[in-house]
Amino acid sequence: MSTSATRLAAVALTAGLLLTAAAGCTPGAAPAPVASAGVEPSGEVEFWHFFTDREAKAVDDIVADFQTRYPKVKVVVKGGQDDTKMLQAIGAGQGPDLGLSYSTDIVGKFCSSGAWTDLAPYLQRDGVAMDRYPAVVKSYTEFRGKRCAMPFLADVYGLYYNKKIFAEAGVTAPPKTLAELTDLAKKLTVRKPDGTIVRAGFLPSFGFYENSPAHLAPAVGATWLKADGTSAIGSDPKWRELFAWQKELVDWYGYDKLERFRASLGDEWGADNAFHRGKVAIAVDGEWRMAFLRDQAEDVPFGVAPLPVTDPARYGAGYVTGNVIGVSRTAKNPEAAWALLKFLTSDTAAIVRLSNGIRNVPTTSDALASKDLVVDPEFQVFLDIFANPGTTTTPPSVVGAAYQEELSAFLQEYQSGKSTDLGAGLARVDEQIDNLVKLAG
Amino acid sequence: MATVVRAGAGSPGTSRLLSLRTRRRLTPYVFVAPVLLGLVVFLVYPLLAAVYFSFTRFNMIEAPEWVGLDNWRFLLTDDNVVKAARNTLWLVVVMVPARMLGALLTAILLNQVKRGRSAYRTLFYLPALAPPVAATLAFVLLLKPGTGPVSTLLSHLGVSDPPLWFNDPDWSKPSLVLLALWGVGDLMMIFVAALLDVPVELHEAAALDGAGTWQRFRYVTLPGISPVLLFAAITGIIGTLQYFTQAAVAASVASGAVTGGGGISDTFGYPNGSTFTYPLWLYVVGFRYHVLGYANVLAVVLFAVSITGTLILLRRFREYAK
Repeated sequence: MSTSATRLAAVALTAGLLLTAAAGCTPGAAPAPVASAGVEPSGEVEFWHFFTDREAKAVDDIVADFQTRYPKVKVVVKGGQDDTKMLQAIGAGQGPDLGLSYSTDIVGKFCSSGAWTDLAPYLQRDGVAMDRYPAVVKSYTEFRGKRCAMPFLADVYGLYYNKKIFAEAGVTAPPKTLAELTDLAKKLTVRKPDGTIVRAGFLPSFGFYENSPAHLAPAVGATWLKADGTSAIGSDPKWRELFAWQKELVDWYGYDKLERFRASLGDEWGADNAFHRGKVAIAVDGEWRMAFLRDQAEDVPFGVAPLPVTDPARYGAGYVTGNVIGVSRTAKNPEAAWALLKFLTSDTAAIVRLSNGIRNVPTTSDALASKDLVVDPEFQVFLDIFANPGTTTTPPSVVGAAYQEELSAFLQEYQSGKSTDLGAGLARVDEQIDNLVKLAG
Repeated sequence: MATVVRAGAGSPGTSRLLSLRTRRRLTPYVFVAPVLLGLVVFLVYPLLAAVYFSFTRFNMIEAPEWVGLDNWRFLLTDDNVVKAARNTLWLVVVMVPARMLGALLTAILLNQVKRGRSAYRTLFYLPALAPPVAATLAFVLLLKPGTGPVSTLLSHLGVSDPPLWFNDPDWSKPSLVLLALWGVGDLMMIFVAALLDVPVELHEAAALDGAGTWQRFRYVTLPGISPVLLFAAITGIIGTLQYFTQAAVAASVASGAVTGGGGISDTFGYPNGSTFTYPLWLYVVGFRYHVLGYANVLAVVLFAVSITGTLILLRRFREYAK
């Protein structure tokens, strides 16, 4: 064999070996079998969550309650964690026993890939009744019939309005329809003589703070996905209804003037939030905004209401999402992990204490009805939206938030006027989402 | 009778296993073995694995499933890859030469300074030490329309309609170039050293022959520093093809949602997709959408473009590399 042929063979052999290694590099062992009923959990369990600071302290307090009840279990809590890191760790066999995610977007992937173990055997063995959870919450914690996650706490979206600005303009009630919202947005907007916006009644741009298609979809009752997981966006006329309403309002302001105004506003999560500063009179936001307002803008008199809708029969419904929690397939102590999960998601006292500490919405009917739950009139509005049967969520998908983000990217161009053909644009969005879903399996 | 001992002979067992000639041949390989091992483990293996995974459906949890060319076919119809590649190409074409030119001019000016040269060098180098996230955050806030210091200064100077900088699709990439120019100190220091290496005698000889300032720069300085220029061009292109952090942070901060509860990728590209670079799309596909097979396609293509660009530059400017 010549020298060059020998070298070629050596390179091919090395490449082959490395490719074989890559092909054989398959993660993790299968999940451990479920123990018999009545087994007392013990040993160490590692719990990852994403909270930091004040909220992490609330989680620590609840974990301390758990350890009092289960003294044989030692919980190692690691806060400030990230979903991607968790998935990589599970894939490498080094993941936590129990993981808490901030987003329902991961449920599709974590369930379908088996990163989080199927909880059905545990639920069945311990007789955990799922009818205590609203249907919408159950829908975002399972995927294709597999329940790999349980709801931790929920976030509910509604409409915030500045009572002082309303009173000055002689407005007595929040808008109940999108048409009323348009009228109020125009009425409460203040401009300079050259048209520059000084205050926006409602800033309609998609991408501004919490103005996303997901949070506004319940206003028209639009749907995201078909039963087979492919996109329903282009074929659902409700979306066009929403986008037509939004574009009309953007054009009334003038896109360039709106962008110049938006660019001058403070960050959503800081004290200079535009609603805090009275720069916008009406805003879509989650229930957590109340805590920010009371902390950073005590003098702003605000009211909350359900989202305005096109069909009056749907008024009162809104958008809900939440934190989700699951047991890793590589959990070293799945029984203790399940015990902690069950405590955090089904023990009424624990859920109420968490809700009072973090100021998110509790997810079980018992906790919602608990006398210990701290409820003020504003928080009650969000509890009512949460309990409304018309309230919807963004469905779990094997590609996570891809369907939301692909639509949002197109809407940036549509609202600016760069894309003018809504039908063709939505068809391309559908195509892109369907291709990604196909590739992800 | 005297016993002759052959120099270099080892213990009887060793000398029988490997001849001196073989050992001499193997010695350099033994010395470079740690480096070769590192290259195989951290470069060759990941590269080959990426090629393999690009033909599979892969999610980091289950075994990869062979899907043939499905991932590669999507590359041809993916709208986002076109948008991302276009933005990245713009940055390569504008940002790399701008950084080289900015660094070279600064270095030349610094070499002209007679007093306080070290202090100036330190001053111009300092921005390069700033962490990219912090530097980008500060830059976006400095240029913030309406309330930022630059905007305030411009309005005092009578500019009634200043740019929206990171909030305007037409200005967002030029703003990133400004940020890159601000942090050009690392490249500047390399150029300063290269300029000092150009023999003074050549400049003197050229001056005696009647060459002016521009001619001395064109025919003495530039050839003298050409290997360094080539190095800067190649590393600049490779670095810009991987441009991620500044684009992600600038978009996130300028959009007004620095930290979203559901992650940050929903702000990538703001405004209007103008800062959406190729590595951002790769990250989103791989770690937000978990379509890792296709993410590996994007990674392989990025590698191929990088290596092709490097080889073209090296071949085209071969004489300058000497």
